[in-house]
Amino acid sequence: MASAYVLLDAGSGGLASQRLISSCFQKHFGNPILDVLDDAALLNDLGPSLAVSTDSYTVTPLFFPGGSIGTLAIHGTVNDVSMLGAAPKYLTASFILEEGLPLSDLELVVSDMAKACREASVLIVTGDTKVVPKGGCDKIFINTTGIGTLLVDNPPSGHKAQDGDVILVSGAMGDHGLTVMASREDLSFMSDVRSDSAPLNGLVSKLLTGCASVHVLRDPTRGGLATTLNEIALQSNVGIEIEEKLVPVHESVLSGCSFMGLDPLYLANEGKCICILPEHLAKTALDIMRSDLVGQEAAIIGRVTLNHPGKVILTTPIGGTRILGMLEGAQLPRIC
Amino acid sequence: MDLNLTDDRAICQKLLKSLTEILDNRPLRFMEVCGTHTVSIFQSGLRSLLPSNITHLSGPGCPVCVTHDAEIAACLNLVSLKDVIIATFGDLLRVPGPDGQSLKHARAQGGQIAIVYSPLEALTLAANNPAKTIVFLGIGFETTAPTVAATILKAKEASLSNFCVFSLHKLVPPVLRTLMDQAYTALDGFLLPGHVSTIIGLEPYAFLASQYHVPGVVGGFTAQEILLALCQLASAFVAQKPSITNAYPKAVANLGNPKARQLMAEVFEPRDALWRGLGQIPASGLGIRSQYAQFDAVQRFDLKLPKVPSIPGCKCGDVLKGVIAPKDCPLFGRKCTPQNPVGPCMVSTEGSCAAWFKYVGVEEHG
Repeated sequence: MASAYVLLDAGSGGLASQRLISSCFQKHFGNPILDVLDDAALLNDLGPSLAVSTDSYTVTPLFFPGGSIGTLAIHGTVNDVSMLGAAPKYLTASFILEEGLPLSDLELVVSDMAKACREASVLIVTGDTKVVPKGGCDKIFINTTGIGTLLVDNPPSGHKAQDGDVILVSGAMGDHGLTVMASREDLSFMSDVRSDSAPLNGLVSKLLTGCASVHVLRDPTRGGLATTLNEIALQSNVGIEIEEKLVPVHESVLSGCSFMGLDPLYLANEGKCICILPEHLAKTALDIMRSDLVGQEAAIIGRVTLNHPGKVILTTPIGGTRILGMLEGAQLPRIC
Repeated sequence: MDLNLTDDRAICQKLLKSLTEILDNRPLRFMEVCGTHTVSIFQSGLRSLLPSNITHLSGPGCPVCVTHDAEIAACLNLVSLKDVIIATFGDLLRVPGPDGQSLKHARAQGGQIAIVYSPLEALTLAANNPAKTIVFLGIGFETTAPTVAATILKAKEASLSNFCVFSLHKLVPPVLRTLMDQAYTALDGFLLPGHVSTIIGLEPYAFLASQYHVPGVVGGFTAQEILLALCQLASAFVAQKPSITNAYPKAVANLGNPKARQLMAEVFEPRDALWRGLGQIPASGLGIRSQYAQFDAVQRFDLKLPKVPSIPGCKCGDVLKGVIAPKDCPLFGRKCTPQNPVGPCMVSTEGSCAAWFKYVGVEEHG
């Protein structure tokens, strides 16, 4: 039965999030630009084609191996703009701070943001600050909005996957999601997992320059690779087939997932992209990715087909097949 | 068996070939009673590779799924008590009670519920919240119970007065006996649970072979390990020599873990328990012994299991008994989905309906 309350699941990035978006936000805000439902919106009527994306960030703990809420707030928005085939240039940053937040924490977050901006060659050009009474938010919430110009005339989009296209990922899956969960639960034995938080605009720019036709670019953040592939399959009305053993996953992530009863293909990534393009460009794209610092573990993981439209089918390491569904609510650790 | 140990796929193919040869087209209906087996059979793709004469049934092996509506209702009653923090494993959060409300809904409405990964974390919660009473929801089979017992002993040692356990633990052998007694469905053998067996060993299953003439094999959790166990099961079935064997010796000692059983016996005693879909089964649960009454939520809050109406249309009971497959339930994938589960088998990631929904889909792909 549907709940009369907003449940945490609605923030998981999976089906529950989609239902909230369509049943509330899209219902009231719906317009042709919003209804494309890509990571960023394309504004064609403002001179040079602009891409804009916004995202709010809340994470517990604020700092974790490989990043912080500050690095996420820059990388996340830079990547969302990049996925539309645009070069992000300017960002806005808004902060909601909880009374009592140590200034030293705030400064660490802000300096992480500044460093991430420098690495991604973007500038924060305007911002806003609110402080709420203790308990009014959890330490610090950040919203960033990014704007950039399109790099190509025919930009990639989630609805452009075609029969025969090849699917690549730019690196190993699940590191960020598992790192945050392990830090949150203080599972110190998982000390060898690190967030992959990184800007992808450099890699995307090289991909779009080097490959004449990139059909889809998406970053598999909340909901992970599985959920993002399902979104693409639905948006493009195609089937997707991937081979589990071709999907790069670090050994430390596999063992952490097995302990916590999680599936790495549903864990968030913050510095990885999925690239879908015609088969004849696959090798070029793979070489470009692997030559970039953030894409060294890139791999071809599957292909697009006209069979079973809207579904993602996984071939398992032992040669069996099953569907790879969308994330439902949040992944919860299991009883055993 | 001559196996190239480096190639999972090749080994599984050899094992599948052996299984096919052993059975020689005889039909085999086997049941597993362990959520991890359920998930592994689906997730590894093994289900799509099993010969068509093998029928795989998922029995009452997921601790969340067998938790009775009345037990969930009692947990929800606990949340509403003043100054109580519920500590629970995460997957219990979504199990709907009789009126569709779950702990997740209770949390959204301000109920104090903490997700823990180990019962010991509940002790830390208790130490950090001296003005509150921490109630740990003790759900699980013989695998979980020893850790909960150890936690209660630790609480006693630390003289923690604001910690208690609502013990809803259940035992595997009694429910297997019920399945055989009631003969809900024809079964040719059991794939016995690897985790539970690490604690109880092989002896508690002996009655399956001696009294009911049904073989059982304890199996591990990889596709290879499951196939190996199925080959042993098929051999015993074909030879009509029912026995209980161990195909997972690297983790399961035939005698189990006596120390863990001793811990369990120190704190818990068998009690009659309510199982979802199966009803009351004698001596199939664990209650807290009177000498540990101070850590027993039932005693502390005078908890009673409320009488609840059964969920209309929900066939979880028939699924758990192996009478129907999840897809044969009229609610499956329509009114009952992982997002809005009607019954518990759709809730836990280890539930057979949730596994079917996630890995097979509402309509099987071709």
